[in-house]
Amino acid sequence: MDYEGRVWKFGDNVDTDLIIPARFLNESDETILAGHCFSELRPDFAEEVKQGDILVAGTNFGCGSSREHAPLAIKASGIRLIVAQSYARIFYRNAFNIGLPALEAEEPLEGLRDRIRVSVSLESGRLRDLESGRSYRVRPIPPFMREIIRAGGLVPYVKGRARAEGNWRLY
Amino acid sequence: MERHALPMTITEKILARHAGNRSVRPGDLVEVEVDLALANDITAPLAIRVFHELEAERVFDPEKVVLVQDHFVPNKDIASAAQVKMMAEFAEALGISHYFDLGEAGIEHVILPERGLVVPGDLVIGADSHTCTYGALGAFAAGVGSTDLGVIWATGKTWLRVPETILLVFEGQRPRWVGGKDYILSVIGRLGVDGASYKALEFRGGALEGLPMHHRFTMANMAVEAGAKNGIFHADAVARDYVREHASRSGELFKSDDEARYLRVEHFDVSDMEPQVALPNSPDNVAPISAVDPVRLDQVFIGSCTNGRLGDLREAFEVLKDRKVARGTRLIMIPGSPRVYLEAVREGMVEGFLKAGAVLGPPCCGPCLGGHMGVLGRGETALSTTNRNFVGRMGHTESRVYLANPAVAAASAVLGRIGSPAEL
Repeated sequence: MDYEGRVWKFGDNVDTDLIIPARFLNESDETILAGHCFSELRPDFAEEVKQGDILVAGTNFGCGSSREHAPLAIKASGIRLIVAQSYARIFYRNAFNIGLPALEAEEPLEGLRDRIRVSVSLESGRLRDLESGRSYRVRPIPPFMREIIRAGGLVPYVKGRARAEGNWRLY
Repeated sequence: MERHALPMTITEKILARHAGNRSVRPGDLVEVEVDLALANDITAPLAIRVFHELEAERVFDPEKVVLVQDHFVPNKDIASAAQVKMMAEFAEALGISHYFDLGEAGIEHVILPERGLVVPGDLVIGADSHTCTYGALGAFAAGVGSTDLGVIWATGKTWLRVPETILLVFEGQRPRWVGGKDYILSVIGRLGVDGASYKALEFRGGALEGLPMHHRFTMANMAVEAGAKNGIFHADAVARDYVREHASRSGELFKSDDEARYLRVEHFDVSDMEPQVALPNSPDNVAPISAVDPVRLDQVFIGSCTNGRLGDLREAFEVLKDRKVARGTRLIMIPGSPRVYLEAVREGMVEGFLKAGAVLGPPCCGPCLGGHMGVLGRGETALSTTNRNFVGRMGHTESRVYLANPAVAAASAVLGRIGSPAEL
């Protein structure tokens, strides 16, 4: 699968409080959550993000609280793909579970800036800066996570397995 | 003769048992049966939505689902009230017996062990990152998001990647005013906020023998602040006594094999350890208190799933008794559960806290996450016994948070600046 979009660039250790501050967690509606996404760190984000944009970050993206509101807000804002050097584990699971792919870059994404266009090819494991032509290696998505993304998230995945196999039953 | 199983760590053994395998290795993806699945008023609404999307009719076991109202209660606003109501209705409709509403509710990670809902050897999954707290009892406990939790409610199962383990060995004699909070801050300072990402932390060593449970809960609680999946202790006599006192089940004791493989081993000598402080804006920005500037404080908070237990309040009381909170500094204290609160009343601590000038809140997460009950304003500085001091965690993005143990927090409230109990 291939992606092409505009970059929103973030640094290291972006925690879930910065993605969506806790005071907004009195809501579960993702459209409302998206309106507060990165409101402290990047006040321009919610207004200017476009459908299909790509979020690029450094190490330990999504650390801190387990709030799924964080990837939900990012996804509902229009971001279609995250590429970071590494993730906090709960965020990583949450992103795939809601059908938002989170790729790991194998090298620092230093040359990337806000608003440049990039393409990402999962087959070749490459992220390409379409302005400079520079390319970066990204790790293949682990097979199990790929199945979840292919199903459209954990809910459809589990429904499918419950239909197919006896040992995953829904009570 | 039975084939000798691979040597395993305690984490690997608990995962193997719940996966129905003789052994597991780090990196294996396993499907495990879950003993307890927990959510709170912030994470439950999304999990309930997922549960309904799955079109499940019942939860896998109504006795193994726990719902706690603790984050934005007493309801901070109309939207919070709606979430709390949704959770109450779900608990009623699905016949969930371990539903904790105001009056019984307190901080989830204080309540569950107190009510005997977690015992050694259990596999606990919670839609809250600090679910790792229960590792203090020799259980495998890890946080997930709401979708994972909704799936567990509907199936009783989840998948986990078996983590590699980092062994942390604590030796030496515990100095006065030093405890679990200082040990774990030292760990996070050394490993960094992602130093244990996807890993298990195993706490061992002579310095932990006889260490009271509240210190252990604090240590396991903050494993996630180094990125860990779980933090775990062996259930020794202290833990077993705690379980006997609180639970009807005794659980199953697992022990790491002597030949178990560790990713690495880190040693900590606690004998010369000072109280530790995490400076803004990260839990790994740790320094001994003697190296921290005596910064003036607008607010001190004592409470949370990290340090809201009876033992924590007793340590604060030792410092606050017959002293006064400095003018210009607010001291907010929140006992972690109604039982903790009642015992603090019985022991006369509450009177002492009030006379010192503290304000006491009802059992809940309180100002830890900047939601309500003590939100920091622009430019304010706080010292807190909580677990995170990220930018804006407790309020305005231009507020600053220092993390420390309850005795240091109490002393700092008296001094009106960051300081050690030894100074008083």
